[in-house]
Amino acid sequence: MIVPIIRTALVSLRRDRAALALSFILPITFFSIFALIFGGRRDTVPKITVIVVDEDQSHASQKLVKGLEREGSLVIRTRPASNNKGVQPTEYTAATAEAAVKAGDAPVALVVPHGFGENPISFRGDQDRPTIQLLNDNSDMVAWQMVAGLLQKVAMTSMPDVMAEQGSKYADQFVGGFTPEQRKRMNAGLEQLRQHEKAEIGTGENAAGKEPGRGGIIAVKTRAVVGENKNNPMVSFYAAAIGVMFLLFTASGAAGSLLDEADSGTLERVLSSRVTMTTLLAGKLAFSTLLAFSQLVVMFVWAWAVFKLDFLDHIPGFVVMGVCTAFAVGAFGMLLASICRTRAQLGALSTLVILSMSSVGGSMFPRFLMPDAMQKAGLLTINAWAIDGFTRVFWRDEPVSHLWPQVLVLLGIGVVLFAIARKIAQRWESA
Amino acid sequence: MSVPAGPISSSSLPLHIEALVKRFGQVTAIDAITLELRSGECLGLLGPNGAGKSTLIRSIVGRVVPDAGWVAVFGSPANSAAARAALGWVPQELALYPRLTGKENLESFGRYHGLSGSGLRQAVEWCLDWSSLQDRAGELAKNLSGGMRRRLNMAAGIIHRPKLVLMDEPTVGVDPQSRNRIFEMIERLHGEGTAIIYTTHYMEEAERLCDRIAILDHGRIIALGTNEELVENAFASRSQILARFTGPPGGVSAWVEQRGGRLVDSTALFTVEHPTEIATLLDDAAKAGLKVVDVSLRRPNLESVFLHLTGRELRD
Repeated sequence: MIVPIIRTALVSLRRDRAALALSFILPITFFSIFALIFGGRRDTVPKITVIVVDEDQSHASQKLVKGLEREGSLVIRTRPASNNKGVQPTEYTAATAEAAVKAGDAPVALVVPHGFGENPISFRGDQDRPTIQLLNDNSDMVAWQMVAGLLQKVAMTSMPDVMAEQGSKYADQFVGGFTPEQRKRMNAGLEQLRQHEKAEIGTGENAAGKEPGRGGIIAVKTRAVVGENKNNPMVSFYAAAIGVMFLLFTASGAAGSLLDEADSGTLERVLSSRVTMTTLLAGKLAFSTLLAFSQLVVMFVWAWAVFKLDFLDHIPGFVVMGVCTAFAVGAFGMLLASICRTRAQLGALSTLVILSMSSVGGSMFPRFLMPDAMQKAGLLTINAWAIDGFTRVFWRDEPVSHLWPQVLVLLGIGVVLFAIARKIAQRWESA
Repeated sequence: MSVPAGPISSSSLPLHIEALVKRFGQVTAIDAITLELRSGECLGLLGPNGAGKSTLIRSIVGRVVPDAGWVAVFGSPANSAAARAALGWVPQELALYPRLTGKENLESFGRYHGLSGSGLRQAVEWCLDWSSLQDRAGELAKNLSGGMRRRLNMAAGIIHRPKLVLMDEPTVGVDPQSRNRIFEMIERLHGEGTAIIYTTHYMEEAERLCDRIAILDHGRIIALGTNEELVENAFASRSQILARFTGPPGGVSAWVEQRGGRLVDSTALFTVEHPTEIATLLDDAAKAGLKVVDVSLRRPNLESVFLHLTGRELRD
C-alpha cells in the first residue's frame, strides 16, 4: 500500500516544476555560493579546547602550561573527561592526544617534549633544540592558528624569570660571564621577578594578558593529524550543512501535500478506502525520505564533480548518514504539516523553525565558531547531528561503525517526531 | 445509544441507519435519523443546504463519528474494512490529484482500494468507458473541463465496483449537458443493480433518478416515500395554481395572503381542491384591483411537498 502512495506522490512531484527547482537546483546554487565565499575563510572567535601533554615536567614547561591555563580563550585539558564516578582517567600521552584530535575531541593538542626546559627559549632560531608539537585538525581552520599565537604570547608573559635566566646563559656563553657581584645582582633580580609573579597570581591578576606577544621565541612544529590531505576543507562541511537545511525545507513542502489533500477532500476520500492514516503518513514519510536522500546524492555528486570532494571513497558512510538524515527530516516535515492548518501557516512556520535550527545547528556557520552554550543548543537540532556525522565520514575518514551516536540520535528524532505527527493527525481521521 | 463495535446486523440490506444522532457543538446536524436502503434501490436525500445531507453521508462512510445510533453497511459497522470495501463514495468536492492524469487518478484510487494487475486495468477501462473519458484519459485532471472533472470524480468513487454508492451532490456546478451525461451514468449504474444514495437539492434530479426520496430538514427526515407517495400524502388530489399579478405596491402580497396562498419569487401559489376554482380566484383578483399577467395549473411536485411541510422553499 505504501508503494502506490509513493508512486502517486512521485508523479505529482514530477509535474510540479517549482517544487523540483526548490528541491534540486536551489540548494546546489546556495551550496556553491557558500562554498565559494567561505571556502578559504579565516575567522576567529571561539573558546578553544586544547589538549596539553607535558612530557618534560620541568619548571619551564610547568610554567608554560600554567600560563596557557590562565588564558581565558583556551580550555586546557591534560586528561580526558571523567566518565566513571571517582575514577580519574590517566593523563594524555602524545599518542592518545593525537588520537583524541583525530576523533574530534579537541581541535588542537600541544606536546611539550622531554628536554624542553633545558633550553626553552631561543632568540636565535636554534633548529636542534626540543620542539613543541602542535597537532591540529584542519577542519577547524581557526583554532590551531590561535593556539600557536597564544603559545608565543604566554612564553613572553608567563615565564619572565625563565627568559631572564636564558638571557644570563647567553651572557655567560657569548660575553664571557658575569663577575660574582654581577651574578649576585642578577640572581636577586630573578628572585624578585619570581616573587612578583607569585604575588600577581595570589591577587588573581593575569600578567599574561598585559603584553602582546611577539612570537617566535618558542619553537613549535605544527602538524595536521586530520585532513592533511584534503584539498578543500570546507566543501564537505557545506555540502552537508547547506544540504540538510534545504532538506528540511523540501521535507516540509512535501509533507504539505497533506494539507492540500485535506483542503481538496482527497484526504477524506483516501481514508475512506483501505488506506489508514498510519499507512498514509508512513507512505508520505517514505516518499519524503527518498526525496531527501536523492537531494543529498545530487548535492554530494555535485560537490564531487565541481569541488573535488572525495565522494567515491566514502559511499558507505554517506549512505548511512544520508538515509538517517533523510528519515529525520522527513519526519520533521510530517510534524510541521500535521501542526499547521493551511499551506500559508506551514510556509511561515517552516521558514522560521528551519532557519533557526539551521543557524544554531551549524548549517550557516560552523558550530566551533559559536559560544559553548550555542554549541550545546545546537545538539537539539537535526542539522548538528547530521553535519557531525557527515564530517566524521568525509573529514575524519571514520568507519561506518563510528557513526552510531549520530545514527541513533537521527533515527530516534525521526521516530519520535513521526509518532507525534501521527498523534496530531488524528484530527483528520474523523469528526 | 452506544455504537456497536462488531457486526451489528445479519441483514443483507445495503444500508441500515438506526436512530443516528450527530451534534457539532450546539448544532444538531443529524437528529435521530432511521433509514433503510433496499437492494438495488436508488434513494434520494433531498433537502436544502445545511439540512444534514452531507453529514449523513459522511456518517455512512465513517468519516463522522455519531454521538448516538449506528450505521450498518451490508451488516457491518461503518468504517469497518468490510463496509469500506462495499462502499463507494463520491464526495461533493472534486477530490482528485490535479497533477495526475484521469487514468493515473483512477489507478491511484484503485490501488488504494486494493486493486492491482489486470483487475486494476479492467476497472480503469470500465470507469473510463462509464464516464465517457476514454479520449481524455491522458489529460491532467486540472486541465479537464468542470463536467469532465465531475465525471472523473464519480469514476474514482466506484473504481472498486462497490455494491453501495454514496453520491453527494455530484452535479454541483455543471452545465445542463454535463448534468444529463451524469444522469445517464447514474442510471446505468442503477440499472446494473448498484444500490445508490443520492443527495441533492434539485427536485428534478430526485424525481428522475430516485426510486424513493427522503426529505431532510434540520437534520430530520420529514417525509419518506416514492415521488408519488410524497405528493399524495401531502396534497391528495389537490392541485396548485401559479399566477402572477400586477397591482398597487403591497397590494399583491396582502391579497395573496388573505386568499391563503404564498408568494414565491413574485409568483402566487394557491392549493385548490378542484381546477375549476381557478375562475373564482381570478374574479377575486380583479375585484381587488389586480391585473393577471399569467396563470397556470399544475400537479404538486416535490418542491410543493417541501414548501408544504416546512413553509420554506427547497433552495432557501
